[in-house]
Amino acid sequence: MADTALDHLKANGRIVVVGASLAGLRGAETLREKGFKGSLTMIGDEPYEPYDRPPLSKQALLGMGTAEGTALPRRRDIDAEWRLGVAASGLDMAARRVKLADGDEVPYDRLLIATGVRARPWPNQAEGELDGVFVLRTRDDGVALARRLDAGPRRVLVIGAGFTGSEIASACRERGVEVTVAERADAPLVGALGGVIGAVAAELHRENGVDLRTGIMVTALEGDSTGRVRAAHFSDGTSLECDVVVVSLGAQRNTDWLAGSGLGAGPRGIACDAGCRAFDIRGIVTDDIFVAGDVARSPHPLFGYQFLSLEHWGNAVSQAETAAHNMLSESTDRRPHIWVPAFWSSQFGVSIKSVGVPSMGTEIMITQGSRAERRFTGVYGYQGRVIGAVTFDNSRWLQFYQQQIEATAPFPPPFPTVDRRPEGQKPLPADFPDPSVPTHGPTVTLSGYSPADRRLTFTPAGH
Amino acid sequence: MLRLVVDLNRCQGYAQCAFLAPDVFAMHGDEGLLYDPQAQDAQRERVAQAVAACPVQAILVDELDMAAAGSGAPAATGEASDG
Amino acid sequence: MKQGILSDILDYSNRANPYPLYAELRKTPVFHDGDGPYVISTYHHIQSLLHDPRLSSEARNLAAGAGDPLAGAEDEGASALPPSFLKLDPPEHDRLRRMTNRPFGPPDSPHRVDDMRGFLHTTVTGLIDNLGDPERIDLVDQFAYPFPVTMICRLLGVPREDEARFHVWADTLAASLDPDPGADPKEREKTTHDARMELGMYLAGLIEERRKNPGEDMLSQLAVGHGQDETMSTMELLSTAALLLIAGHETTVNLITNGMLTLLRNPDVLRQLRETPALAVPLVEELLRFEPPVQLLPQRTPLADIEVGGVTIPKGSSMWLILASGNRDPDRFENPDRFDPYRKDIQHLGLGSGIHSCFGAPLARLEAQLALTELTRRLENPRLVEDPPPYRQNAVLRGPRHLRITCDGVRPS
Repeated sequence: MADTALDHLKANGRIVVVGASLAGLRGAETLREKGFKGSLTMIGDEPYEPYDRPPLSKQALLGMGTAEGTALPRRRDIDAEWRLGVAASGLDMAARRVKLADGDEVPYDRLLIATGVRARPWPNQAEGELDGVFVLRTRDDGVALARRLDAGPRRVLVIGAGFTGSEIASACRERGVEVTVAERADAPLVGALGGVIGAVAAELHRENGVDLRTGIMVTALEGDSTGRVRAAHFSDGTSLECDVVVVSLGAQRNTDWLAGSGLGAGPRGIACDAGCRAFDIRGIVTDDIFVAGDVARSPHPLFGYQFLSLEHWGNAVSQAETAAHNMLSESTDRRPHIWVPAFWSSQFGVSIKSVGVPSMGTEIMITQGSRAERRFTGVYGYQGRVIGAVTFDNSRWLQFYQQQIEATAPFPPPFPTVDRRPEGQKPLPADFPDPSVPTHGPTVTLSGYSPADRRLTFTPAGH
Repeated sequence: MLRLVVDLNRCQGYAQCAFLAPDVFAMHGDEGLLYDPQAQDAQRERVAQAVAACPVQAILVDELDMAAAGSGAPAATGEASDG
Repeated sequence: MKQGILSDILDYSNRANPYPLYAELRKTPVFHDGDGPYVISTYHHIQSLLHDPRLSSEARNLAAGAGDPLAGAEDEGASALPPSFLKLDPPEHDRLRRMTNRPFGPPDSPHRVDDMRGFLHTTVTGLIDNLGDPERIDLVDQFAYPFPVTMICRLLGVPREDEARFHVWADTLAASLDPDPGADPKEREKTTHDARMELGMYLAGLIEERRKNPGEDMLSQLAVGHGQDETMSTMELLSTAALLLIAGHETTVNLITNGMLTLLRNPDVLRQLRETPALAVPLVEELLRFEPPVQLLPQRTPLADIEVGGVTIPKGSSMWLILASGNRDPDRFENPDRFDPYRKDIQHLGLGSGIHSCFGAPLARLEAQLALTELTRRLENPRLVEDPPPYRQNAVLRGPRHLRITCDGVRPS
């Protein structure tokens, strides 16, 4: 066999993975699976080996498992050097070195960036540091929140009714804890699923005893003399006594460490091509830097080649596998990452699943089941085609609708189905909020066509 | 300890795992699945049954954990099998 | 050749090995011979259709004269009992299945099946202890039939001693699922109707009794309700109980028998199973792929004209989904005709998929795993007396009528 540069890379190369969570781990495993025999370094800012995050807002709060116990199973031994508990602080693209917060530098031949996102903090730092105020993203966050819920708080306030916020509220109610949810929009989940579905989510909250307050903002958190949170103040002038506050205002991409590096990274993520190769700030694709997971934004052929940012578990796995494959492939053997967005949530005993990009939809049709029974399928339409779908306890039909999305099938669906009810005879306006107003909770973000992200200005979502 | 993860994008609530290893997997409502991501060693046999029975092959158990047990069952592939 | 392929599949002389016929059928993935059903035989088409909401399982959506030799079978019985959830669409299907599941599985009864493990083991041990002359064993009559029947009786709360009575009804109703071209349709209708009627009466009496003296069994709990707002009507309860009883009788027996037959034809695998009992777990999945006890689903019809593989199937047509053929589709499984329990990818169609996937699947799995492990462990040097064995008439619920084996002895438990 000819001793190509690629052979050399596979045998003796140095690959560095920045980000030791789901995408980083699955990427590393895929590299080994594809025959990479060189040195592999895993850099992670948290001191823990890769763990799974979705259970932190579900099982771990319900006592089925613990927040400490969600370490991800391994597909294989990756024989890596682990640099855990030390964040990457910079990147020298010309010298091909990753700088670490402890001053060390790690050279690479290929780099995989999978630094993910972090919880958006409460904008008032002093209030955010009050005892009893939490965010939920990391294992440490999960441990701290679970411990506080175990102690039996009098009332929990969840700020933001996206998926995570709703799941936390659901867990509180299941444990018999009083909970108030404050959401700036008119209903929970509207950013991701629109107002029609948001109305169903709102009913779920209220039926389960959540004190849901919508169309409202939290203006201040108030502490007592010992620095413990004791109340929250709302934009309508009211206030609420609470001893736990969970700030659930969505996520921020971990790209700060790349500032000034020349990579096409910004608040909306790191732009990459469909083959997961990062763009530099000039819009030129790099050959040695790849991106995967929540921090990536990449063009998708099914959605007009707009850059999509997906905070989806399955996307992290799939994109990491594709990136790893492409890192070890000649250009003609590379594959595109064309995963159809899909996510799930479990709240108030209902399994919510979605495929496609519901937030692109202008209309929705309830093709199966009934919203009142909390068992239904909703199909989203955009410019006469099916663009997304959501199910509440109806997941066995979802693959059919995914095929409809992939086939750019017409909307409204022209055929009858089983379980069609009177409410499913015609489409309704999907009722998404104005996209220029940032909402928390959308797990898919369309971010235009610019790979360099230079003209975008960052709008904090606020609260 | 036995580390496991379920690809809930794949899961359609067939509940085979919750029937066969009810102390590790539990249905939450009709279709939602909760599971303990760190099952006790005593659950190894039941977890192997759950992994094999999953109609959508969504359960991934640690290759190394299972190999250490000398289980005759081929280890799960789960989330790995689709690109 | 093509014209006759459906009748060839139904022809009893091909019962022992229909797989070459399925391979022939897959050359035309959507097969239609003029006035017969649309027959789907490839994995991906079947898998998609099982999740396609444009397909109905309700006989009333079938166009008149849709060419389904099975169409009349259970319909005529409908005057005795309403259709079971097997033959209903959502929301009725979902409601009945959900209620039936309450006393059976999670979330309401998460430990029901797990708690049966001890009784399963005791029963298997007892049946093997009593096999008698090791040189003359009929594995169907002495083991593979009585084992699941004992389990379903225990689960439902049906007295085991009534078995002789409902055995006949169950066999008759299972046969009614079968497109037997040789049978006189009128005669079949009457036999089926009578069997449903008698089984219904029998179960009605039992349910009445359970209402007065409820026990821990499923019939009692279905009869008294499970503390939820939804309840089943008496007629729905009868249909459901009949379905569970028949399914519990006529499917797992084939899974176990097909399993032993396959093991005896693959002595290497038999030896590996004896050495590594944990192999039974993936082995049963491979068995569900290789020799599924339900070969085809003959009860589907599209609610609109649909296109499958470039063929338009008109609204109201009868459709058959040949699960056993999809399981042998070389476009899905490598070396599909090889029985390989070490296969990494066994995502079979043996228990269906989608909302109608097998209700009793977890119990069937445990029964088959345990049966094959224990038979393999305890029978010394087992051999087939005849190969192929004699098969039952039924092409849908396909399996040997007898499996005569001989062995050098039976090891003590």
